[in-house]
Amino acid sequence: MTTPNSWTIAAAREALRKGEISAVDLTMSCLTAIDAGDGLNAFVHKTPEIALEQARAADARLKAGDAPAMCGIPLGIKDLFCTKGVPSQAASNILKGFKPEYESTVTTKLFDAGAVMLGKLSMDEFAMGSSNETACYGNVVSPWRRKGDTTALTPGGSSGGSASAVAADLCLAATGTDTGGSIRQPAAFTGITGIKPTYGRVSRWGVVAFASSLDQAGPMTKSVRDAAIFLNAMSGHDPKDSTSADIAVPDFEAALTGDIRGKKIGIPREYRLDGIPAEIDALWQQGIEMLRDAGAEIVDISLPHTKYALPAYYVIAPAEASSNLARYDGVRYGHRAKLAQGDGITEMYEKTRAEGFGKEVQRRIMVGTYVLSAGFYDAYYNRARKVRALIKRDFEQVFAAGIDAILTPATPSSAFGLGEIASADPVEMYLNDVFTVTVNLAGLPGISVPVGLDAKGLPLGLQLIGKPWEEGDLLNHAYVLERAAGFVSKPEKWW
Amino acid sequence: MLDLTYTAPKPKVIAGAKHDWELVIGMEIHAQVSSNAKLFSGASTQVGAEPNSNVAFVDAAMPGMLPVINEFCIEQAVRSGLGLKAQINLVSAFDRKNYFYPDLPQGYQISQLYHPIVGEGEVLVELAPGVARRVRIERIHLEQDAGKSIHDMDPTMSFVDFNRTGVALMEIVSRPDIRGPEEAAAYVSKLRQILRYLGTCDGDMQHGNLRADVNVSVCKPGQYEKYQETQDFSHLGTRCEIKNMNSLRFIQAAIDYEARRQIAIIEDGGSVMQETRLYDPDKGETRSMRSKEEAHDYRYFPCPDLLPLEIEQAWVDQIAATMPELPDAKKARFMGDFGLTDYDANVLTAEVDSAAFFEAVAQGRDGKIAANWVINELFGRLNKEGRAIADSPVSAAQLGGMLDLLAKGEITGKMAKDLFEILWTEGGDPAEQAAKHGMKAVTDTGAIEKALDELIAANPDQVEKAKVNAKLAGWFTGQVLKATGGKANPAVVNAMVAQKLGL
Repeated sequence: MTTPNSWTIAAAREALRKGEISAVDLTMSCLTAIDAGDGLNAFVHKTPEIALEQARAADARLKAGDAPAMCGIPLGIKDLFCTKGVPSQAASNILKGFKPEYESTVTTKLFDAGAVMLGKLSMDEFAMGSSNETACYGNVVSPWRRKGDTTALTPGGSSGGSASAVAADLCLAATGTDTGGSIRQPAAFTGITGIKPTYGRVSRWGVVAFASSLDQAGPMTKSVRDAAIFLNAMSGHDPKDSTSADIAVPDFEAALTGDIRGKKIGIPREYRLDGIPAEIDALWQQGIEMLRDAGAEIVDISLPHTKYALPAYYVIAPAEASSNLARYDGVRYGHRAKLAQGDGITEMYEKTRAEGFGKEVQRRIMVGTYVLSAGFYDAYYNRARKVRALIKRDFEQVFAAGIDAILTPATPSSAFGLGEIASADPVEMYLNDVFTVTVNLAGLPGISVPVGLDAKGLPLGLQLIGKPWEEGDLLNHAYVLERAAGFVSKPEKWW
Repeated sequence: MLDLTYTAPKPKVIAGAKHDWELVIGMEIHAQVSSNAKLFSGASTQVGAEPNSNVAFVDAAMPGMLPVINEFCIEQAVRSGLGLKAQINLVSAFDRKNYFYPDLPQGYQISQLYHPIVGEGEVLVELAPGVARRVRIERIHLEQDAGKSIHDMDPTMSFVDFNRTGVALMEIVSRPDIRGPEEAAAYVSKLRQILRYLGTCDGDMQHGNLRADVNVSVCKPGQYEKYQETQDFSHLGTRCEIKNMNSLRFIQAAIDYEARRQIAIIEDGGSVMQETRLYDPDKGETRSMRSKEEAHDYRYFPCPDLLPLEIEQAWVDQIAATMPELPDAKKARFMGDFGLTDYDANVLTAEVDSAAFFEAVAQGRDGKIAANWVINELFGRLNKEGRAIADSPVSAAQLGGMLDLLAKGEITGKMAKDLFEILWTEGGDPAEQAAKHGMKAVTDTGAIEKALDELIAANPDQVEKAKVNAKLAGWFTGQVLKATGGKANPAVVNAMVAQKLGL
C-alpha cells in the first residue's frame, strides 16, 4: 500500500468520501513528504497551518455530505498565484516579502471547492524560463535522475516546482501556468500530466502577469482523470478578468469515455524537426500507433507557419512582459533599493529594478522594450502579431477540415542537467518551447501526457492539441493515450 | 426652428518685420468623465477625499490585478460624441502608453491610440452674432488619468496620491482649425458648455477637470488655405505643444506669447523646434518642458488585458434618443420661439440651468420681457451675490407670477422692481406680497383722464408740439404718471394720451 501523498485525486476523492481516510491525515501525509523533500527545493513557502485548517474544514464538509470533487485534496500552488496573506513573489526578489491582501480567482475557486493549500511552489522568475534556474529561491531539482547518474536534472519550467512536487508525491496535484509551454514542458520532463486550457477558460485575476495574451493557468496532475477533475474546479467565467470567456464549463471528467473511434488525429509535418533525437520521433510514432489502435484515423496535416511561431512568441511575450513588469518600480510594494544621497526618481527605478530582477527577466524586458520602440514596432511587434494570426488560421483550417486533435511531441528532448543550458546561448533554452508555443499563440488547449522513458530512463511526453473550448474531447484523447501507454514509472526516491 | 447661418471669422494676424503672420491652433482637451467610479475600477472618483483612500487594487497596480471597463464611462463618451455630431465607432480598442513615473502605478496609461471610440465631429464656435468658426473634431478617446505627485511637502521625500489614478478622461482632439487666441478660448468655452449640457463632464477647470494641451504654429498668409485644400501639414509651420492649461485667460496669453516667440525665431533666420512647452503664468511666457532627446518613446501597443470594445448601434441609438437639447439648437429655438436677440439667447443658453429657468418663466408669457427680467434683474442680482441659478431665492414660478401681474397691469414696472426685491428677501406668493405691500396700479381711467385733461388745458404749447412730433407725447405720459404717484399703468396712460391728442 502506497502512502496517501502518492495517490491520485480520483483515488483520494473516493477514499475521503468513503471515510477511509480523513482530509487531515491525507494532508499530514503530504506535509511529511514535503518536509522530507526539501532537497528538491520545490516548496518555497510552506503553509502547514493553513493546510490543516482547510483540511479540518474539508473533513466537516465531507462528514456533512457536502463534498465537491476537490474537497480535502492537498495541492501545491505555484508562486505566481496571489494567495491572501501568504508570500506571493513570482519567484522574484523584486516581490520579496509581498503578501497580497487578495486571493486569486483560481485559488478562491479551489478553496471554495474544499481544496487544501500545502504551500507555494517555486518557478522560474516571473514564469520566464524552461528549467527553473531563474528563481530567486535557487534551482528546483527534478526527482528524476539518469540511470546510474546523480547529476541534478531540471524539472523543466517555468512550473518546475509544481512538476517536481507532483512527480515526487509531495502533493496530489499542483497549479501551474503556461505562457509558452510552462505547464506542458515540465509535465513532460517529470512524467506527469499537464493541461493548458483554452485561453479565457481560467481566470487570470490574481495571477501575476507575464504575457497577458498568452498566460493561462492549468492543473498539473498524476493522471488525465485528475486533470479533468482539477480543471473543472479552476474553470469558469470571471467578471474580474475581461479576457475570461462567458462560456459554460462542461463536466470534463464525464467526457472521459475512452472511445475515440472515428476521431481524426492530425500529425503536423512541420513538427518533424531536424536535430530532434530519434527517441522523440520513435515515441511520437508509438503515440500515433496507440491512437490508431484505439480506432482513430491518422491524418497527415500541414501547419505551414509553424516555423515562425518561436520567433513570434519571443517578440510578443517579452513585449507584453516589458509593460506588465513596469509596475515593479519600488514605489508601492516589494523591493526598493537603498538610495544614495542625491538620488532621484530615475536612480530609484534603475537601482531597484537592477537589484530586483534576475538576468533572464532583465533580458526579456529589454527585448520587449526594444521590439515596441519607435522605428522597430512594425518590424517586430506588428509582424509578430501578423504571424500569430496566421498560426491561428493554420489551426482553424485544420480543425475546419475535420481534425479532432493534433498529436506532437511535447519537448525536443528529455530533461537536461541543471546548468547545462542556462549558461549557454539563451536561444538554445528558448528552443525548449518549440512544440508548445504555437498552442499559446493560437489560444488553444494543449495537454502533455507521459508516454515512455528514454534510454537514460527519463520520462518523455506527447502533446495533444485540441479545438478551442473542447477540453473535454481533448482530455478524452489524452485518456486513451494514457491508457495505451500505461506509463506507471516513478522516480526512485533519492531525496 | 430658426436656422442660423454664420460667416467665418478672419484669422488673428500678427505683423512681422517683412510680412504678416497667421496663427494655426489645434487643441487636445482632457475632460474628466462625470462618473461615480473610475474607468477600470469600482473606486470612487469623489474629490476631496483623504489621500489614497479611493484606490482599488487595480488602481495601485497590485500584482495580478486586471482592468474591467466601466460601462457608464463608455456611455458618457458615446453621449459626448453624439453631442459633437461625431462618428461613433462601434468597435474601438484600448492601448497601453508606457512610461515610468511614480504617480503612474502600472507604468502605463491605458488609452486608445489606434482605435478611438469616437471619430470625426465638429463644434460651432460663435465669436460674434453671425460669426462663427467650425472646428473639426478629429477624435475622442478614453484614457486613464494619472495620480498626483507631491514634491514640495518634504525636503527629501516625494509623495503620491492615487485617488485620481484611473479616473476616466476623454481626450477630445481638434483639427488645427482654430486661428487665434480668442477663438481658442471660445472653443474651450463652447466645448465645456456642450459637455455640461450633456452631463458628461462638469467642466470644472479650476480643479483640472477640464484642461487643454494647445498646439500652436505660425504661417504666412495663404499657407493655411493650402493646408485646408490638401490637408497636407507641410504647408503649415512647425508646432509646439503647450501642456496642461486650465484657464481661459492663460490659454490666450500663452498662445499669444508662443506665436510671437516662434515669429521672432523665424525672422531671426532660425527654425522652430517641435517640442512640448509649459506656460508660466507668473512670467507670462512659455518654456521648454523637454527636448527631443528626452522625448518619451511611449511604446504604444494593444492592451492585452482588454478585448476590443464592441458596442451595438441599438445602444447608441438608445443614448441618442435621450440626448438633451444642445446649446446651438436651444439658442436657435429661443430666438425663433421667443423672439430673443442673438445676445440674449447666448446669455440665456450659456448654462443649461439658466436656460431651463428662463424657459419656465417665459412659458406662456412674453419672451422678451421674461428675458429682460431674467438677465437684468435675476442674473444681475445673482452675480452680485455670487450665487448660482440653482440657489436663486426667487423661483421661476415666482418671477413668472410677478410678470403676470405686470402684464395684466395690476402692478407697474416700478412696482415690479420693488416686488422682485421683496420676493428675493422675503419670498412668498407674488400676488399676495403685492397686495400686502399695497402695490396696485391705478387703472381707474377716470382719475387718469382727469389728470390728463388738466395737463392739456394748462399746456397748449406742449399739445401743439406733440401734434407735430408724436414722440413728444411722452411728456404727457410722464407728467400723468408723476401726478398719480407712479401707480398708473403706463400703457393705459399712453393709450389715453394718444386718443386725447388725436395722434
